[in-house]
Amino acid sequence: MHIPDGFINASTSLAAGVVSAGGVGVALKKASDTMEEKQAPLAGLVAAFVFAAQMLNFPVALGTSGHLLGGVLATVLVGPWAGVICIALVLFVQALFFADGGLSALGLNVLNMALIGGLGGYVVFLAIRGLLPKTRPMVVAASAIAAGVSVVLASIAFFVEYAIGGVGDVSLGAMFAAMVGVHALIGIGEAVITALTVSAVLGVRPDLVYGARDLLQPLEIRPSEPAARV
Amino acid sequence: MDRKNLLLFVVGGLVVTLGLAFFVSPLASGSPDGLERVAIDQGFADTAEEHAVGDGPLADYGVKGVEEEGLSTGLAGVIGVAVTFGVGMILFGLLRTLRARREGSASGP
Repeated sequence: MHIPDGFINASTSLAAGVVSAGGVGVALKKASDTMEEKQAPLAGLVAAFVFAAQMLNFPVALGTSGHLLGGVLATVLVGPWAGVICIALVLFVQALFFADGGLSALGLNVLNMALIGGLGGYVVFLAIRGLLPKTRPMVVAASAIAAGVSVVLASIAFFVEYAIGGVGDVSLGAMFAAMVGVHALIGIGEAVITALTVSAVLGVRPDLVYGARDLLQPLEIRPSEPAARV
Repeated sequence: MDRKNLLLFVVGGLVVTLGLAFFVSPLASGSPDGLERVAIDQGFADTAEEHAVGDGPLADYGVKGVEEEGLSTGLAGVIGVAVTFGVGMILFGLLRTLRARREGSASGP
C-alpha cells in the first residue's frame, strides 16, 4: 500500500502533501488539547507496534501479500488524533530510513493510510458502534469491521489519486476492480489482527482502549455493608 | 499503583512488539503486496523510481553488512521499533508538556 516515487505526478503528490500536512497539523493540535498523562507512552507503544506489524506480510492470494495498515487499530486504542499521528510517524520512519514509500509520495501515503484509513476508519468504527449493543465484544466487532473497511477506503483513495495524477497508462476500470478486490482480501487480515489486538488490550487494561471508554464503570463510593446482610 | 501498572503494560507491549519485529518479521511473506501486485498486473509498476534512500543502511528492512537474511531483517525490525517508539515518546511527551504549560499559564496569575 506504500506508494513509491514515480507512480503519481508531482502536482498531485504536492496537493496530497499539503492536505496531509494540514491534517497532521490539526491532529497534533487536537491531540495536544486532549492528551492525558497515561496516553503518551501508550501512543508511543502503538506506533512501535504498528511499525512491527506492518513488516509482517501475510499471503492473501497466489503470489500476493498484505500487511496491517493499523489506522483503525491505532485510533481505537489511543483516540483519533493521537492515532493519526501514530500512523503518520510510522510512515515517516519507513520512508526516511527503510526506503518504503517514496519521499515525494509521503503526503499521498499519509493521506491514504493515516487520514483516510485512520480517521476515516474511526468514523466507520463510531458509526458501527452506534448500531451495536454497548458491550466490549461489540467494540471488538466494530473495530474489526471498520478495520476491514478502512483498507478498502485507502485502496479507493489510491485509485482516485491515480485517476487524477497517475503517470502510467492504465485502464481505470480494470485497475479499480483489481485494487478493491485485492484490498478486500487484505482487509480480512486487517480485521483479524485489529480484533485480536483490541481484545487483548481490552482483556488486560480496558481503561486504555479509547474507543471503549464509555463502557468504563465510574468509580462510586458506597458505604461498606455489614457481612451479615450478604 | 495505576502508574506502575501502566509502566508494566508498556514494557510488556514493547517486549511483544520487539519479539514480532525480531522473530516473526523474517518469516513474513516476500510476495508483492496488494498495490505492487496491481501495479504489476495493470502494467504501471515500471514507472516506480529508485528510492532516494534505496542504498541507505536500513533500506528495504535489512541492515547493510549483515549477510544472514533473517538476522538482517530482524535487526532492521528491532531498530525500526526502537526509533518509532523513541520518536513517538518524545513527540507525545512534548504534546503533553505543551498542554500542561498552556493549562498552567491559563490558571496562573
